[in-house]
Amino acid sequence: MGRVLLVGRLAVRDLRRRPTETALLLLAIMAATTTLTLGLVLRDAAGDPYVSTREATSGPDVVAGVGRLAQLPGLEDLARGDGVAGHSGPYPVAPAKLEASGRVSDVQAVGRDAATASVDQPEVTQGSWVGDGGVVVEAAFATALGVRVGDPVTLDGRSFRVVGVAVTAAMAPYPGTSCLVAVGCMSGAVSGDIAAGLPPGLLHNPGLVWLTQADVRSLTSDPGSLSYVMNLKLTHPDEARAFVGANPPAGRDAPRLTAWQDILEDATEVAGDSQILLLIGAWLLGLLAVATLSVLVGGRMADQTRRVGLLKAVGGTPSLVAAVLLAEYVLVAVVAAAAGLAVGSVTAPSLTESSAGLVGGAGTPSMTVSTAGVVTAVALAVAVVATVVPAVRAARSSTVKALADSPRPPRRVGWLIAISARLPVPLLLALRVAARRPRRVVLAVAGVAITVSGIYVVLVLNAFLSTQPLAGGYDAAQVELLRQVLLVWMVILLCLAAVNAVVITWATVLDNRRSSALARALGATPGEVSTALAAAQVLPALAGALLGAFPGGFALFAALNAITGGDGDRATLPSLWQLLTVVLATVLVVAALTAVPARLGGRRPVTEAL
Amino acid sequence: MSNAADTSVLRARGLRKDYGRGEGLVRAVDGVDLDVGPGETVAVMGPSGCGKSTLLHLLGGLDRPSGGEVVLNGRRIDDIGEKALARMRRTAVGFVFQAFHLMEELTALENVELSALLAGRSPRAARRRAEELLDQVGLAGRARFLPSALSGGQRQRVAVARALSNEPLVVLADEPTGNLDSAATLDVLHLFESLHESGQTLVIVTHDTRIAATADRLISMRDGAFVDETRLTGGTTGRLGALAGLED
Repeated sequence: MGRVLLVGRLAVRDLRRRPTETALLLLAIMAATTTLTLGLVLRDAAGDPYVSTREATSGPDVVAGVGRLAQLPGLEDLARGDGVAGHSGPYPVAPAKLEASGRVSDVQAVGRDAATASVDQPEVTQGSWVGDGGVVVEAAFATALGVRVGDPVTLDGRSFRVVGVAVTAAMAPYPGTSCLVAVGCMSGAVSGDIAAGLPPGLLHNPGLVWLTQADVRSLTSDPGSLSYVMNLKLTHPDEARAFVGANPPAGRDAPRLTAWQDILEDATEVAGDSQILLLIGAWLLGLLAVATLSVLVGGRMADQTRRVGLLKAVGGTPSLVAAVLLAEYVLVAVVAAAAGLAVGSVTAPSLTESSAGLVGGAGTPSMTVSTAGVVTAVALAVAVVATVVPAVRAARSSTVKALADSPRPPRRVGWLIAISARLPVPLLLALRVAARRPRRVVLAVAGVAITVSGIYVVLVLNAFLSTQPLAGGYDAAQVELLRQVLLVWMVILLCLAAVNAVVITWATVLDNRRSSALARALGATPGEVSTALAAAQVLPALAGALLGAFPGGFALFAALNAITGGDGDRATLPSLWQLLTVVLATVLVVAALTAVPARLGGRRPVTEAL
Repeated sequence: MSNAADTSVLRARGLRKDYGRGEGLVRAVDGVDLDVGPGETVAVMGPSGCGKSTLLHLLGGLDRPSGGEVVLNGRRIDDIGEKALARMRRTAVGFVFQAFHLMEELTALENVELSALLAGRSPRAARRRAEELLDQVGLAGRARFLPSALSGGQRQRVAVARALSNEPLVVLADEPTGNLDSAATLDVLHLFESLHESGQTLVIVTHDTRIAATADRLISMRDGAFVDETRLTGGTTGRLGALAGLED
């Protein structure tokens, strides 16, 4: 117990001794834990509203539809089939054009009874259920169209009044609406040329409305043209997909079946996409955090050489020394995990508004034990991965050398030293500064490459969302939401990358105190030394930006595409000039970020360092 | 010392360096006047902490004085900018430090040529000059060795070669034998003798009488001020070396 106390006390005191570095460590890990929390909370939130809606509306396990009156016997046979515990319908469905406040949209009008149905009774969230002359609008469609209870609307020219707004689990919310009518439906943006070639009557991004059955029948002069939909309750709801598989459409007249699990996937598509983006972002940030931590830890370990020597001189075993060094970072990781979980769970509700159209959409995500466990484990893993090697190395170091506080000898890269002799003084010094710590250069290159890869993906996704706002069934609000997710992703990524650049530069400045002072004693100007320290960061940044822009970004996008099952062919990849601009901007930003620490490093009094 | 003022390579007047303020004020260098003539070797001796190293830093433009002036080759250097000071150090001053301060990742040859490269010499010329100097200090065979593979005396000889790389007007040596054993001290002593004989202007801060004995003038320093000055007869290094017990 005493040993644990000692380790804890030493770790806490050292963290308090260097508050700025501790804050940077905390920030680096927290960026990763916050994004991971958002991703995991969204994953849980994605399914919850649909499940709530299914419970509240006695949602169907299978939705069956036919396109013509003549096909109705197929539905009736299905209702009597094995494994079906109950059903509602069949209900007539008619295609129509809805006009409200000057806006026109295609709709599928479903005729329902005023009485409550045992399967799929849509939950009215505003107003009341259907009655003669009254239309109930699906909630997400109502939001998109901007209609409210009491508004007058027309359906194919006939006047109605909106009497209610409701949600259902029988169909994904607008614009993910599935097609019930025989004329067919299509979603996404359509150019003029394509529109001209489409079959007449085809519905474009149709919304869902409910009327009385009589009102639906009145919308068409040919009752035989009505489509029908029936909602089935199964004895074993979890086997809905198997039920659908066992009743394949055997011909034109056979009903088309949809299992509730497929509706769930459609309904939660945006939340699912957001979650994938955030999880990939979390991994990228985790990698960046490891890079930041490795540099910070390396710098701190160098500063702690004498302390390690003292601990060992007074009887500390190598394992005790390693435990003290590790404990500092484990403590920071635990605090960062807690902070990330708090910030992530507070922020998550603003990213779950995609669930409009389902019961309890917004504000429902909650923290689970598994989320807290995963986030804490990742934070600890990041800390341990970055710390364990230098901690063990420090613990194994010679006590006498550690007490003498002799700095870790720099690496010699002969060919780079030879090349640098032919360059102007700032570049000569810069290459030699970089060559002294190749591992740090690799971390700097990796950090910038990860960031630029992230920027590449954001450019692709942003272009996709800008040019095809309704692609993939996203409406304007959902596009806005995905943009918000991308923004969160990008802001955290850029902040951490900036911290990374500053940390690496500062570590380089500290590590090169003596060699910089010596160069100045030998005649290098402060400007040349400052430029060299900054250039030692800018050169790896250039390499990282090129790696990130060309193979890295494309590889990340391909991975994202493979995970989401997206259609990469529809994406517009960044043009060459965009990528070159990103590379140039990265170099300029890194130069600006490193200018201040490099200038401070280049102007330290020579005699102090020597 | 004033009779040499007109021809001096290095001159200091009323040189002062203060640290702290109020009651905590420490005057490390207190009103020093000094003239160093061309080809002259001046040794400054005194106990640890008397301000010798600080004086050397002020004379070489590594540090700024709190008062007084420093003139190098007829030009005041105490009031010029950092950039101009750096350029002055490239060409006019060579430093030799007690702790050698060699770049650990550079070979002896690369360490010596560094000064010339910083001064803008071509890589070829810098390399040639470095080879000449290493030959001159007896380390031609160790040119490709890293400092970690050299003895203390060899490292200091590399540092001296580096100080001479740009043919400076004056070499400022701060305790050049402070980290060396007797044999290595003798090596360095001989090196400074040969520099003296070649006409190189030298200012050596030391508390080693054996090194001080190679000088033309010996200045004693205490509490930041010069307290005594002895003119030694030139060419007596061998005798003084023997007196100091270094040689038979």
